[in-house]
Amino acid sequence: MSHPIPTPDELPGDLPDEDEPGTASPLAADADAGAFPAGPPALEATGLGLRYRGGWALQGCDFRLPAGRICGLVGPNGAGKSTLMSLAAHLMTPDAGAVEVFGARPGAPESRRRIAFLGQDKPLFPRLTIAETLRAGYELNPGWDQQLAERIVAQGNLSMSARVGRLTGGQRTRVALALALGKRPDLLMLDEPMSDVDPVSRQELTGLLMAEAVEHGTTVLISSHVLAELDGVCDYVLVLASGRVRLAGEVDELLDSHRLVVGAHEGTGPVPSLAGHQVVELRRTGRQVTALIRPEGELGSGWDVLEPTLEDLLMAYLRSPEATALLTPSARPGADRRLPGVSA
Amino acid sequence: MVEYLIDRHSGLSPYLQIVEQTKRALRLGVLLPGDQLPTAREVVEATAINPNTVLKAYRELEREGLVDSRRGVGTFVRRSLAKPQTAADSALRAELAAWMLRAREAGLEREDAAALISDALDSGFPETTTGGP
Repeated sequence: MSHPIPTPDELPGDLPDEDEPGTASPLAADADAGAFPAGPPALEATGLGLRYRGGWALQGCDFRLPAGRICGLVGPNGAGKSTLMSLAAHLMTPDAGAVEVFGARPGAPESRRRIAFLGQDKPLFPRLTIAETLRAGYELNPGWDQQLAERIVAQGNLSMSARVGRLTGGQRTRVALALALGKRPDLLMLDEPMSDVDPVSRQELTGLLMAEAVEHGTTVLISSHVLAELDGVCDYVLVLASGRVRLAGEVDELLDSHRLVVGAHEGTGPVPSLAGHQVVELRRTGRQVTALIRPEGELGSGWDVLEPTLEDLLMAYLRSPEATALLTPSARPGADRRLPGVSA
Repeated sequence: MVEYLIDRHSGLSPYLQIVEQTKRALRLGVLLPGDQLPTAREVVEATAINPNTVLKAYRELEREGLVDSRRGVGTFVRRSLAKPQTAADSALRAELAAWMLRAREAGLEREDAAALISDALDSGFPETTTGGP
């Protein structure tokens, strides 16, 4: 039986050969630059906005998602996550600004072919069987990969003749993912995809998603409320709050430029020894002060300095909507993608 | 072949876990020169971690001269890592030093000790492959 996917030997090299060993520190912010394709970013939004019920569901949204990234999209309910994905998928048109997909408008035929969007409600026809659903995928998508789609279904022990309307939530998610991945998109947008999937299938489907991404260089934008679930999965992150971008960029770079500090301070006034540093969030418990900061130079003595986890970082920004928004250079629209480091 | 076990709650980044687990396999002889590391696809499908993390870890191993990447073929072990049992602070080394002391106390000369060791070495490690000390 032929395997639906290329053998590992057919994979593009595991390591980019333009990467010179011994030149860059593996933890340096731009050490990965050689691993990602040049060319237009997967997504670029400039001044993007959408009105909703007299307000703005998304407003003044400026950011860029370079191609080849696995990007976590994070924010409270109503922050504009689904709106952003819908605009990029051309299900809505913006009231302000613009969004581009690989340098083209979302409505362009080329863009529609390159994008797959799996909405939160996983829209499928309940009366179709799985086989008929995949058949529709084949009819509608020129680059359709039937073997891949069938394999994803088979791994969930689902019968091709089962009706979609009879499936559990998790099983429907699997079929929807088979449809989305079978399209072989260059940009895959998933809105809360794993919310109704059991832990075992979640791990398996995430692994499959990552494997397809590495094999085809797919850019993935995935929204989730479970921050711990994104840790280790995402190498890029976009945080939205109240319709605006709060934080965007490479996970490594963002973690590297922040510190979690714990120290002692009396009272409720400003903490003098943190003056000069950018304080994202500060919490007090009795005399103990815990702060997530972007250090600007040396930190005075008396502080325990820890490296934040991705969850620490995201939580701090989500809890502090008034903190200065931060975008790494690669996440800024129009900027040179090769600029290293986070600028202040 | 090795299988990476990624613990998401260890506090150690998945990147470091892959680097460390590969080195451990190189030290223990689980991986030998010429062996192939799993492809990035195989690792991420089994562990559900970010593929760029795996590529970054493999690049670091290559930078340290431990593996070679052959484009379109895979990533292969280039050299094994020195066995920690031979390090200056190892238990085996300490036992040997203690044995030397006892040999001297028993009145042996350097040559006597060398002969004994050579004899024991030949029976313990028949067919020596390298002639180094």
